[in-house]
Amino acid sequence: MNINDKYEAVIGLEVHAQLLTKSKIFSGDDTSFGSPPNTQVSAITLALPGTLPKLNKEIIEMAIKLGLACHSQISPFNMFERKNYFYADLPKGYQISQDKTPICVGGYMNVEVNGNIKQVDLTRIHMEEDAGKNNHELDEHYSMVDLNRAGVPLLEIVSEPCIHSSDEAYAYLTEMRKLVRYLDVCDGNMEEGSMRCDANVSIRLKGTTELGTKVEVKNMNSIRNVKRAIDGEVARQIALLESGGVIEQQTRSFDPNDGSSFPLRSKEFAHDYRYFPEPDLPPVVITEERLESIRQKMPQLPWELADTFMNTFQLTAYDAKVLTAEKETALFFLEATKHTQNYKSLANWMMGEVRSIQHEKNRSLQTLGITSKVLCTLIELVDTGKLNSSGAKTLFHALVENPSKQPEELAITLNLIQSSDEGELATYIKEVLTKYPDKVAEYKKGKKGVIGLFMGDIMRLSKGKADPKITTKLLEEYLNQ
Amino acid sequence: MEIYRSLKNLQHDLLLKKTTCQQQVETYLQRIKDFKSLNAFIETFDTEAIHTAGLIDAKIKNGEPLGKLFGLVIGIKDVICYKGHSVTAASKILEGYVSVFSSTVVERLLAEDAIIIGRLNCDEFAMGSTNEHSVYGPTKNPIDERLVPGGSSGASAVAVKAGLCLASLGSDTGGSIRQPAAFCGIYGLKPTYGRVSRHGLIAYGSSFDQIGPMANNVYDLAIIMEVMAGKDDYDATASSNEVPPYTSLLDQEKKYAIAYYKDAVEHPSIHPEIRNTALQLIQRLKELGHEVVPVDFKEIDYIVPAYYVLTTAESSSNLSRFDGVRYGYHAKNAQDLDSTYTMTRSQGFGKEVQRRIMSGTFVLSAGYYDAYYSKAQKVRQLIARATLDTLKKYDFILCPTTPTPAFPIGEQVDDPIAMYLGDIFTVQANLVGVPAISLPCGQTQQGLPIGMQFMSNKFEETKLLTFSHQLMANLNN
Repeated sequence: MNINDKYEAVIGLEVHAQLLTKSKIFSGDDTSFGSPPNTQVSAITLALPGTLPKLNKEIIEMAIKLGLACHSQISPFNMFERKNYFYADLPKGYQISQDKTPICVGGYMNVEVNGNIKQVDLTRIHMEEDAGKNNHELDEHYSMVDLNRAGVPLLEIVSEPCIHSSDEAYAYLTEMRKLVRYLDVCDGNMEEGSMRCDANVSIRLKGTTELGTKVEVKNMNSIRNVKRAIDGEVARQIALLESGGVIEQQTRSFDPNDGSSFPLRSKEFAHDYRYFPEPDLPPVVITEERLESIRQKMPQLPWELADTFMNTFQLTAYDAKVLTAEKETALFFLEATKHTQNYKSLANWMMGEVRSIQHEKNRSLQTLGITSKVLCTLIELVDTGKLNSSGAKTLFHALVENPSKQPEELAITLNLIQSSDEGELATYIKEVLTKYPDKVAEYKKGKKGVIGLFMGDIMRLSKGKADPKITTKLLEEYLNQ
Repeated sequence: MEIYRSLKNLQHDLLLKKTTCQQQVETYLQRIKDFKSLNAFIETFDTEAIHTAGLIDAKIKNGEPLGKLFGLVIGIKDVICYKGHSVTAASKILEGYVSVFSSTVVERLLAEDAIIIGRLNCDEFAMGSTNEHSVYGPTKNPIDERLVPGGSSGASAVAVKAGLCLASLGSDTGGSIRQPAAFCGIYGLKPTYGRVSRHGLIAYGSSFDQIGPMANNVYDLAIIMEVMAGKDDYDATASSNEVPPYTSLLDQEKKYAIAYYKDAVEHPSIHPEIRNTALQLIQRLKELGHEVVPVDFKEIDYIVPAYYVLTTAESSSNLSRFDGVRYGYHAKNAQDLDSTYTMTRSQGFGKEVQRRIMSGTFVLSAGYYDAYYSKAQKVRQLIARATLDTLKKYDFILCPTTPTPAFPIGEQVDDPIAMYLGDIFTVQANLVGVPAISLPCGQTQQGLPIGMQFMSNKFEETKLLTFSHQLMANLNN
């Protein structure tokens, strides 16, 4: 037996999501990323004597939205608590967090792993403030402290130790990132650190239920690196146990350069955080009415949209998943369905040309300038035979360059419109090909003779007006597509 | 020049042009120099105070509208931030620190034409009952300079008593306004928790702290409260309850139901002359037609321990920000982050502050949390319930402010437990969050002032001040 089959990994993830508020959680300071060091630091952020925290109420609503989306219980009575420890990036010497009364309790998220649905249970989601950043490289003698990030609002999303592979962790994080983006609570940018993840990893013999000693791995700056870090840590622990070693409870830091990790601190140096209720902030009470008004305002969630796409617009599960991976694409698609009935063609355009030009130009749909209405007009031009497929692609790229132009006018300017005869013929050809899918398949297998059958029907439809030469040419074009 | 003992009289004379604000400021500045040995003011804001006084004098001359506190020369305890001025909490750790913002109380005083003359000594970080625990040295009691003035707002009481300013601001976490008011023979009010914004008050025990006025009479307390109290966007614990016009309600005559604690008056720690004064006051109140009833207070011996567990816990956290990284004192010989912390804090904080940080850290630490912090929280709830029950049935609770009169400097400096036990009658109001006033109600044979304390229900400052005003008018006649 492979030693990797002997053990089971047990993984719990802690996700920190920076909230998309303009100001910090307890002060009016700006939260934007990338400003010069210590330029977003008021008296409150600097913890000057005499300052008191002032709660940014937006945070409560964001936390509740995420909790509702994850089927969590929302705590009606919320206390803030102080988590006490000394560090240069923590101006007050304590972090205002939640300990005993997290705003969201329990809940779960379903994720797809290798075609199966896995339910990832959540322990809690709580509100807290971010710390500043220390930099040890800028100066030879001193460490530098930047407090711009200190006080940026965070939600800490803690999963149960119910994840058993790096693939599950990967799928869960991808789904969570998608969700926070859909809800507009976090931009999910792991490279800039606005979404961060720590993994608690342990292993145990398959079939046993007791939890092994856990090791916390930190500092992964992408979902892929979380996966790498977990794989690395599981392998390290298996190797350690197999060689007769003992796993020590510790915190390790991931090195993205080679995928290894090194210990930061062991259990003996674990902090005693001395949590106690934050006396400067009165408890936040969430009434049923408030909860209901937030429920009413909930946007459609990715999995709800995927269901709509499959049930109402007859898309395949795969197409629905691809189209809902990003909120902007999903909403664009949804908007476009108001202007066309050809959902399949719309989906193909979204997943094909639209997506590839977005990648090529590195632009969002918004900045691409093509409206859903314009895209649907283009689809209609194809459907009515005024454009063939290569003409449509040309027109699409031209529209991206000239977003103010009307599709049909631009098509005329570019001489892309098929003559009306050809347009009419195309309509008949499509109708006939749709009528005989099995004959089309036979043609494609090499039974060229069936073309006579198609020709007969087209002649009938055109009441004999179709030019046989042009018709044959066009028909062959369509059949060979 | 005559020293005023009442804002009303001063304002009357200012309007009659018998004196000017500038004359008042100059007089006080001179007296502060003359009484330097009291060690009350850490710093005076001479130029600025004279300038502000001049502006108000001009307003008076031109008949322009005046703020409620016009002419009030006031000193502020060195834990209250004033933009552009040093504030140190009488600690080495805030050496050279200048506040970049003003506390809400300072803003509100200035907006009503008060004149801030300087900052007053106190126990370091408001921790102490004698004003001996200050990096600037002890403040002395003007009645007898060998005695402590009380604390932690010791110098705030001294400055009023000695006529170094007309009124002062103190802060009260467990009696820090009322006890020095009693020791110096002046008036001091600790408002309801949340009545006055704490924005700009250097925190000691955040769920206990209140800023309050200290003055020569009830009217002066009332008018300062009228100006300072009220909701504040910068303090989430500040109440949005309307602030009543305290001063215009002072003259109502009414009979009240007053409870007093037999256990307190008969407590073994209490000085016999204070006990007698309390008993005489009870008699007098009855003669004045009030109902005075003894009630039990079984929890009395738990008050001080619960108070010290909770305030030291909160202070251990509140004082974590003084770490030598961003402002204030920084140990020059520190080598790295750990030594920056340990050296800065060991050198920067005084003994009493270190003692409380250590105790607070201990009671919050894993393994001791339930036995101390959680237990004390429960005791706090029990005391609150018992007190509020009594205050449902009675308008006020009467008890001496302190078990003893002022004692010699140095007597308790090495006996923190004795010092803590002196807080026995004052900490209750802070544990429960109710307002409490200390009134000068007599003196010992030696001539040392005796203070009596009245507590009322939360946000009943109007009733408390009105009653005090009436009572003192009777007692002083």
